[in-house]
Amino acid sequence: MHIHPELHERHTLSVTVDNEAGILARIAGMFSARGYNIESLTVADVTEDESVSRITIVTSGAPANIEQIIAQLDRLVPVHKVNDLTALGPHVERELALVKVAGAGDHRIEALRLADVYRARVVDATTGSFVFEVTGSSEKLDTFIGLMREVGLVEVARTGVVAIARGREAV
Amino acid sequence: MPRELSGADILVQALTDLGVEHVFGYPGGAVLPIYDALFRQSRIKHILVRHEQAATHAAEGYARSTGKPGVVLVTSGPGATNAVTGITDALLDSIPIVVITGQVPTALIGTDAFQEADTVGITRHCTKHNYLVKDPAQLGTVVHEAFHIAISGRPGPVVIDVPKDVQVATATYRTPGTIQHKTYRPQVKPDTALVEAAVEMLAAAERPILYTGGGVINSGPCASMLLQELARITGAPVTSTLMGLGALPASSDQWLGMLGMHGTYEANMAMHDADLMVCLGARFDDRVTGRLDAFSPRSKKIHVDIDRSSINKTVRVDLGIVGDVGRTLEDMVRIWKARGHQKNDLTGWWRQIGEWRAKDCLGFPEDGPEIMPQRAIRALYEATRQRKPIVTTEVGQHQMWAAQHFGFERPNKWLTSGGLGTMGYGLPAAIGAQIGNPQALVIDIAGEASIQMNIQELATASQYRLPVKIFILNNEYMGMVRQWQDLTYEGRHSESYSEALPDFVKLAQAYGWTGLRIERPDELEGGIAMMLDTPGPVLVDCRVAKLANCLPMIPSGAAHTDMILQETQVSGTMDDEAKALV
Repeated sequence: MHIHPELHERHTLSVTVDNEAGILARIAGMFSARGYNIESLTVADVTEDESVSRITIVTSGAPANIEQIIAQLDRLVPVHKVNDLTALGPHVERELALVKVAGAGDHRIEALRLADVYRARVVDATTGSFVFEVTGSSEKLDTFIGLMREVGLVEVARTGVVAIARGREAV
Repeated sequence: MPRELSGADILVQALTDLGVEHVFGYPGGAVLPIYDALFRQSRIKHILVRHEQAATHAAEGYARSTGKPGVVLVTSGPGATNAVTGITDALLDSIPIVVITGQVPTALIGTDAFQEADTVGITRHCTKHNYLVKDPAQLGTVVHEAFHIAISGRPGPVVIDVPKDVQVATATYRTPGTIQHKTYRPQVKPDTALVEAAVEMLAAAERPILYTGGGVINSGPCASMLLQELARITGAPVTSTLMGLGALPASSDQWLGMLGMHGTYEANMAMHDADLMVCLGARFDDRVTGRLDAFSPRSKKIHVDIDRSSINKTVRVDLGIVGDVGRTLEDMVRIWKARGHQKNDLTGWWRQIGEWRAKDCLGFPEDGPEIMPQRAIRALYEATRQRKPIVTTEVGQHQMWAAQHFGFERPNKWLTSGGLGTMGYGLPAAIGAQIGNPQALVIDIAGEASIQMNIQELATASQYRLPVKIFILNNEYMGMVRQWQDLTYEGRHSESYSEALPDFVKLAQAYGWTGLRIERPDELEGGIAMMLDTPGPVLVDCRVAKLANCLPMIPSGAAHTDMILQETQVSGTMDDEAKALV
């Protein structure tokens, strides 16, 4: 007997929640308990009184699974609202990465040149290394990090995706 | 300015304000202040169980038989972890209970203190919601909110973890008004346009079936009356899940019996051949659907559920309605009548159902010298039906035989662990039901293996003089395991024989119960009569045929049309795909 994986699609969900203790464990645990994927998850409070947090989750699964994930998130008691930004239409997704590159000579010059092309900023420098700060879509970051591998990449830190719908309306 | 109270007194006052009359619990170090607060009052009666798991099942039995939430009080650490099985059971069967757990003082949380467990962490995914209360001023509000969450929407268990210092510290308490939760607003009223669409589909159906579940029971007795009315005006046949038994009287002509793995042939065949299925407060559980790609292939499906996540979870439906099933039934009946719909001509459909019924799928051979377990259930039913008994069960063959052969005429009379399938459920649930219904006849139909999982609760019934009856179908096997081993593993009975059984009669007597034994078919009626005529708690050890199988049965991974009806089919092996299914 073999176990066959299903077809997946990628969705970005925006979840507003009451900023209470354990909410992140509640959400992450729901994903693991029901066997759903989390590609990235970011969280920070977004109201003046720090009472509401916005969680951006990038997940993947079959369309029926995505529908279930949204319903399962929505039934958690501290969840205000779940929006499937991918389904809602045009939206902006951004991620930030800090990329450390070490080396000398040509590699160092090439790293700086590529950083310029990708609009990455130098936020730390030593005679043997740079730390670049780069923002953009996840794909852009993937490409940049791939290029850095060839010129002395030693470490990467990424934030995960934050996203917001285009246009004047709040979701 | 209201007087300051200790956290423990606030808790007890809040429970009193919520109308709580009984708490099932077990004391310990981290709840001593609450137990002292209980000692100093007389409104709430505490029922001392002998194991915390039993407290949760007793609370479930209380809740299911009375419609009121059950309340549990246990200590930290092992008290809380012992309660986890019952909490999970309540989650799977959507039973409203509130579990208050003691916790080590806030300053010691996270230090691996004595009897410390991360109760909110452990119960996060087996509760509807849970709380760790760190401020006594919040305690009153949290208790009221917890009850609101437990009983509204899709009911479920809520845990409140209260550190010991919070029980001792003081704060003021005011009864909060109506709870308006910031984020939790279950949708109770269904969308009228969707209900109208459902009524039109029902009016046009030629082979409709109503498939009902525990949601109808949870929605309250009115929902059962409305279901009966909908069945009457549409003429549609009705089947139900294990959890929904009693919503439609079993004596109704339109009742097809339970559906699913051990459901009737006519119910499963009607599900398969229907052109319209109306699922009311059920959730397309794997025990109900059998093989999904062969499940009712030609029907349009309507699903009414208060939990949006139940809709389209395993079976795609044509019309999903989120709302309370009672409210939805009310709207359906009203709209059906307002639009002047008449009963469709379902003669052909009923003729077909009659042919399936003629198979007499619940018939069983009775030619040996032993008592057949099915016969024992039927005899128990005949002897008790006039007294409208509340029946609880453990889990296994006896449970399925009870579901098949005991007729349930009313809601809230059938208490069984469906979703989680918890052996050891029946006795504590019967105790909880008897506490909530002191005048009722409460019977736990048990197996000799399951009953031993919470056998210590015999003492609880003795202490509170509860006249609970236990009727054990003793076949000396974990019968359902043995049946599956015969079906799937060529009869290799790996660890399924109930070795070293106690003498149940003497055991009962040791706990202050009356113990009776029934061994031969001619003793059955007399033995049952003696059980019913004996005041106080009675345990009956009814010896039944050792190797009887629970039929009919849809084997794992099979379709509704592939039911096993004959004893001779219960043998052999299965392919790996089927073996991998539960």
